[in-house]
Amino acid sequence: MFDFCTDPDAIEGMTWLACYLTTGKHMAFYTSFGTVLLLLAITAPIALLFGFFGAVAARSQIAPLRWLGKGYTAMVRGVPDIAFFLFVPIAMDQGFEWLRHKTKCPDWEFPVRQGSDFVVCDIAKLPQSSSAQWVHEAYGFTLAVLAFAVVFGAFAANVLYGAMNAVPRGQVETAEAYGMSRHQTFWRIVVPQMWVYALPGLSNLWQILIKATPLLFLLGVEDIVYWARELGGSKTSTYAYPHPDWRLYYFTALLVFYLTLTSLSERFFSGMTTRLSRGQATMGGDAQRKAEA
Amino acid sequence: MKKLLLGTAALALTATVATADVVRMGTEGAYPPYNFINDAGNVDGFDVDVGNEACARANLTCEWVTNEWDSIIPNLVSGNYDTIVAGMSITAERDEVIDFTQNYAPPDPSAYVAMSEDVDLNAGVIAAQTGTIQASHVAESGATLVEFSTPDETIAAVKNGEVDAVIADKGFLEPFVAEDADLMFVSEDVILGGGLGIGLRESDGDLKATLDAAIQSMKDDGTLNELIQKWLPASALF
Repeated sequence: MFDFCTDPDAIEGMTWLACYLTTGKHMAFYTSFGTVLLLLAITAPIALLFGFFGAVAARSQIAPLRWLGKGYTAMVRGVPDIAFFLFVPIAMDQGFEWLRHKTKCPDWEFPVRQGSDFVVCDIAKLPQSSSAQWVHEAYGFTLAVLAFAVVFGAFAANVLYGAMNAVPRGQVETAEAYGMSRHQTFWRIVVPQMWVYALPGLSNLWQILIKATPLLFLLGVEDIVYWARELGGSKTSTYAYPHPDWRLYYFTALLVFYLTLTSLSERFFSGMTTRLSRGQATMGGDAQRKAEA
Repeated sequence: MKKLLLGTAALALTATVATADVVRMGTEGAYPPYNFINDAGNVDGFDVDVGNEACARANLTCEWVTNEWDSIIPNLVSGNYDTIVAGMSITAERDEVIDFTQNYAPPDPSAYVAMSEDVDLNAGVIAAQTGTIQASHVAESGATLVEFSTPDETIAAVKNGEVDAVIADKGFLEPFVAEDADLMFVSEDVILGGGLGIGLRESDGDLKATLDAAIQSMKDDGTLNELIQKWLPASALF
């Protein structure tokens, strides 16, 4: 990075530290903070979408759809997260490859499972074994996003289901009295008003999602926990920058990062609650009315 | 007709391009000097040098992938990468699940490292990395085994007194003993396993033959010995 870093053995003190903190490995560590934020930014809306469809399905009047919605939330909520995170990406990966295998190589005569090996024809592999490393990483990341979205979607479905039912019955009745159809009542009355009831649950979920991101490490994505452990471990002179066990400092940095992130979102959510309470027949809404009067 | 011929030729060409041999090499990246991530963020070490040389001789394009030691065999089997070059010793148990090439390093002595000379290695508490031959050795010896998922944690456990001693490949322990006055080798070295081999899926017979031939040629012209001397000065040569 800097010119004076060419010979790490000859430098000391702050210069050494400056060089140490700008090695290629540390750059990868800093980039991985972006990976975590990217995961959050992509997963949260997808999970909310899964949750919305789950809640709508669970409220549906068509029985099979209702079973699907209820079954989805019950199943995902009842299985430990970690078991699910380990299962979903492997199952999806093999599922996708098996489907491609069936369509692309119909004349394949060997079994797909040979002993413990999972063997599909070359062109069915995902990603192709000839594709670049970043494609493999992007694919792994996508599987991770899907796993997170499936799990957190189930929780969100439950929260939204409860929130939809919490909208005062009088509101829905009035809408019906005005001659709105079921569809109109849902989109014009229930959906706009349910958010204030959903917000405490959703903000909880968001905080849990932030704290669940180190699970990326379990899925083989090189996230901040991976790099903190890798960089913090004691290094002998096989490395250019030998140092004793520094994991404590690296993990402290992660602690600060996560606390900053959660406290910032805490502030965002309390602002949202104030905004959404306006005009609502809730304690918060009432308090606002009284303060204005 | 001409069009058809051209088409077939083009198809044959793309077919060869599609199978242009990219071999994905799986390694742990946390076991210096065998394999580790160097300060520039690239994989480096004895395994990596051997792997790259073997690939060059076999005209394969190789790409390195790192994977946790714990799941390194399951992920090979499920096709995430095509080989394991991670200082893995050839053992009968592993050979039931995956295949190995001929060894690219002779059996490396394993050694015990502790903070004091008078450790009871047969009744004490010994650290080893999960799923290594050293871990099974301790389990058989009657001592209490404490397993860790990374090699680095086994050293940390000795340093903070959680365990009495650690057992690992001597090549890995040597720099720690040399640079830390508190640590020392205790007891005799033990020879475990059948040397280091490249792990492959059992269904990958062709790749095994190719890599076997490449390793043989490296043994024949002495390149392999040079690499062993460079990275593992204490180890035996071929």
